[in-house]
Amino acid sequence: MFDVLPPFVIYLIGALILPFIKAGNLRSAYSLLIPLIGAWIIWNAPIGEHAQMAFFGFDLELMRVDKLSRIFGLVFSLAAFIGLIYAWHLRDWVQQTSALLYAGSAIGAVFVGDMISLFFFWEGTAIASVFLIWARGTEGAYHTGMRYLIIQIGSGVILIAGVAMHYHASGSIAFDKMTLPMSISSIGDIALWLIFLSFGIKCAFPLLHNWLQDAYPAATVTGTVFLSAFTTKLAVYALARTFPGTELLIYIGAIMTLFPIFYAVIENDLRRVLAYSLNNQLGFMVVGIGVGTELALNGTAAHAFAHILYKALLFMSVGAVLFRTGTAKGSELGGLYKTMPLTMIFCVIGAASISAFPLFSGFVAKSLILSAASHEHYYVVWGILLFASAGVFHHSGIKIPYFAFFAHDSGKRPKEAPMHMLIAMGLASFVCIYVGVFPKPLYDLLPYPVDYEAYTTTHVITQLQLLFASALAFTVLMRTKIYPPELKSVNLDFDVTYRKWLPSLIGYLAIVVSAIFHGVTGFINSSAVKIIKALHHSHGPDGSRAASWPTGAMVLNIALLLGFALLVIYVS
Amino acid sequence: MAGTVSPHDAKTLIEQLPILQVLVPFCTAPLIVLIGNRHMAWLLAFVASVISLVISYVLLTQVYGGGFISYQLGGWAPPLGIEYRVDAANALVMLLISAIATLTLPFAYESVKDEIKAKDHTLFYACFMLCYTGLMGVVITGDAFNVFVFLEISSLSTYVLVAQGAGRDKRALTAAYDYLIMGTIGATFFVIGIGFLFMSTGTLNMADLADRIANEGTNRTIRAGFAFIIVGMGLKAAMYPLHLWLPKAYTFAPSAVTVLLSATSTKMAIYVLLRFLFSVYNPEFIFELNVMFLVFMPLALIAMFSASFVAVFQVNFKRMLAYSSIAQIGYMLLGIAMFNLSGLTGTMVHMFNHGITKAVLFMGVGALVLRTGSSFYNNLNGLGRVMPLTVAPIVIGGLSLIGVPGTAGFVSKWMLVQAAFENGWWFIAILIVLSSLLAVVYVWRAIEVLYLSEPAQGTKMAEAPMSMLIPMWILAIACIWFGVATDLPLGAASTAAEVLLSGSFGMVE
Repeated sequence: MFDVLPPFVIYLIGALILPFIKAGNLRSAYSLLIPLIGAWIIWNAPIGEHAQMAFFGFDLELMRVDKLSRIFGLVFSLAAFIGLIYAWHLRDWVQQTSALLYAGSAIGAVFVGDMISLFFFWEGTAIASVFLIWARGTEGAYHTGMRYLIIQIGSGVILIAGVAMHYHASGSIAFDKMTLPMSISSIGDIALWLIFLSFGIKCAFPLLHNWLQDAYPAATVTGTVFLSAFTTKLAVYALARTFPGTELLIYIGAIMTLFPIFYAVIENDLRRVLAYSLNNQLGFMVVGIGVGTELALNGTAAHAFAHILYKALLFMSVGAVLFRTGTAKGSELGGLYKTMPLTMIFCVIGAASISAFPLFSGFVAKSLILSAASHEHYYVVWGILLFASAGVFHHSGIKIPYFAFFAHDSGKRPKEAPMHMLIAMGLASFVCIYVGVFPKPLYDLLPYPVDYEAYTTTHVITQLQLLFASALAFTVLMRTKIYPPELKSVNLDFDVTYRKWLPSLIGYLAIVVSAIFHGVTGFINSSAVKIIKALHHSHGPDGSRAASWPTGAMVLNIALLLGFALLVIYVS
Repeated sequence: MAGTVSPHDAKTLIEQLPILQVLVPFCTAPLIVLIGNRHMAWLLAFVASVISLVISYVLLTQVYGGGFISYQLGGWAPPLGIEYRVDAANALVMLLISAIATLTLPFAYESVKDEIKAKDHTLFYACFMLCYTGLMGVVITGDAFNVFVFLEISSLSTYVLVAQGAGRDKRALTAAYDYLIMGTIGATFFVIGIGFLFMSTGTLNMADLADRIANEGTNRTIRAGFAFIIVGMGLKAAMYPLHLWLPKAYTFAPSAVTVLLSATSTKMAIYVLLRFLFSVYNPEFIFELNVMFLVFMPLALIAMFSASFVAVFQVNFKRMLAYSSIAQIGYMLLGIAMFNLSGLTGTMVHMFNHGITKAVLFMGVGALVLRTGSSFYNNLNGLGRVMPLTVAPIVIGGLSLIGVPGTAGFVSKWMLVQAAFENGWWFIAILIVLSSLLAVVYVWRAIEVLYLSEPAQGTKMAEAPMSMLIPMWILAIACIWFGVATDLPLGAASTAAEVLLSGSFGMVE
């Protein structure tokens, strides 16, 4: 049935065995084996479809290997591996198991060839990942987790509704390229829009994005590293698979690159800054998908690859600070370079990568997308992306390392991050630089053949100009003290609509409605109580339905039923 | 086919499998008594059930794609001799029964030690084997009177097995007595029905009966026989309102016996009902359609709701499950009453899925009884936290009982809903979903007790022994496995449903 064992099976089995390993270090070491085996399977799997399964008359495809799925599968494995090294110190099997299940679901989703299996893994990522938030154990984390879960599950429900309607309309459940209709005239069109919406929620499209900034900073130190890698990139993969070349995505992506910048600049919680910048980075990928040419899709895949690693690196370094100092707020940090120099260096490498400094991974990936946009004559979009790149450098490239490690001295003198965290960050840093210096191996993995030279004079000069201008702006603003200081404050994002305005609007309406509603529900409630009482009277443990009847009564039943059956038979 | 084979053509071991299926457990029973050692008794019973499980599997693989195996006892050709006949429908049921028996025996080892006096152990296992022989015999035989004989073998031994619960609670005796009275009436009705059939057709072989009824049509005697047979078998299947023996018998029987009975005994009766409804009688007969529509369907619906409500209010876990079984049997009868391929497939799959689901649940209760000595909710508070490995399979079984997607229970309910839509009975589909919601309530109640309430002060309970945990986990994983990989039960069940729906022609060739 299976030519190649789908890697998610390894993760699943691995996760089931994990809780039974009691010794902490042994368990951590064991958890590292699983992504390695998974990556080995992916690396060796030839292009093609390798695992079919019948399910309710549908043929499910669990192991479709092509160049697009392979690169995502590999980088997910790598991210899981690095994340698990980073989480070596954990003695909490719940987090380790859910991290494995989460990575396994994401990798499973990447390799499926039909949307029913996709749905299962889609929900799998949602359910497994919420434990990484809950594991923090605070009241706030519990509520955040609940909100996160509702939205993620909701996305899955929308997906399956879309798939069902799509199947009804087209008879196909293939997880493959589709065309998003620009007008809705049939059930099939609604279906495609539902699928698109479901991907959009998970991809944190503008106005659907709030769960991301809500949830990621709330997770545990290690949990955020995993969260940052899988969920949104899975959505990017799904979009690249199904809707490449959809023009709408270009504009959505452009907005996505733009608006989080402003929030990132004024946000105080450094992990939330990173969450905003993650959102902005997703915008680049979404633009790439929207452009949809071979160059652009290569750019998206390359950017996803690079992004997962440097974003994880940044979250790891800020996480290490949080781990050592107990806070990730810009206003409470500063001057940590004195005692955490290595973490600082890794953070700067991550910052340089995300800002797309030449010789770092972001540069070789992002320039693909920028070039693709300008090749296809989307000059306005190109301009926005350029501006967004400058913004990225500003808030992730400068702000994060500056406020955490330099700025005003907070007086905190924490120890250097633990060894395993340093190893994980070092590994991620190494890949970031290696890919930046030698882009060839990465380019070979991309979905389409690459005929692109990242290091031309023009590219390098343009990028450096941009970066220096941005750095200059930051310096000037800091010097003249115009730069928004790091304050403990709550920033209003669009979620205020969901959290405040909509509820208060509804609140006014509710006063009118509730009067009627209370009358009706009151009636229903009291009747329900009566019904349940009546049911309990007849069906409860002492009721007649549940009583032990005397033998004679049973025999009477038999006689009555026989009589009735005979009657029916004779009459007909 | 039957006519062309020469007497002694079954020469290889494979060809003798159908008779071995019955003979192995049948001969084990006296052997156990003769040896008289209670440790050996368990071992012998277990070995016999494993052999029988292997045979079931081999038989199922032979008829999985359709067709049937006909085995003539002693080389006497039917209709004169007794014929054993294996097709996809009964091969699936046999697989279920033998798998459950094989898993129940390791479970029984500790449970029986705890619940039954040591001197009765050998006899217990002997009865267990006899009961098992009877179940297998009923399912495999192609001879109507032979069905009755095996039915009595299994019933009589079941009464003894139920009565063994008297060591813990004397009410087991009255439960066994009630079951004896009811079961005997059921069996008598059944044999009266067979008598009517024999009177007007002159044969007892099912294929032959089907042939004659199809060719010569019915008369009043044959129709009256039909009524007696369905009421008789309906009683064994605990069809509402003939279910009154079941809650008591399940509640007071020893845990291991409850597992076996709930997972196999009623399923066997449903299978016989199917055989007679679809194979012996021609399902196209108007009177039969009317019976399905006017008797089976309303009773099935009442069972689904009434028994579920009782289950919701129960305070005894074991008794709750017993009532839930009655509701689940309602689903199976409903599938029959749908009278289409999906409905019958649903019934067959639900027999299988509900078998494994209820087995794991009753095993779970048995394990809790072993540790706490009680199955009342107020003695089970918070045990999910104290003995997680024992309680987790109960949760999985509970989810499957509800029919949560990804579990076995979902597959069969899905088939039933689909069947309802095929008939355009969307109202019935809604009722199926609604009664599943009742299952959510009664399962949730158990989960709430097991996980959300505080364990009593200083509760220190060990996990159930390995011999219980392993079968429970095998069944729990099966509940999930068959919810995801639906090929085996669905494939066999739809083949079986096709065989059944082709009516008497499926028997005659």
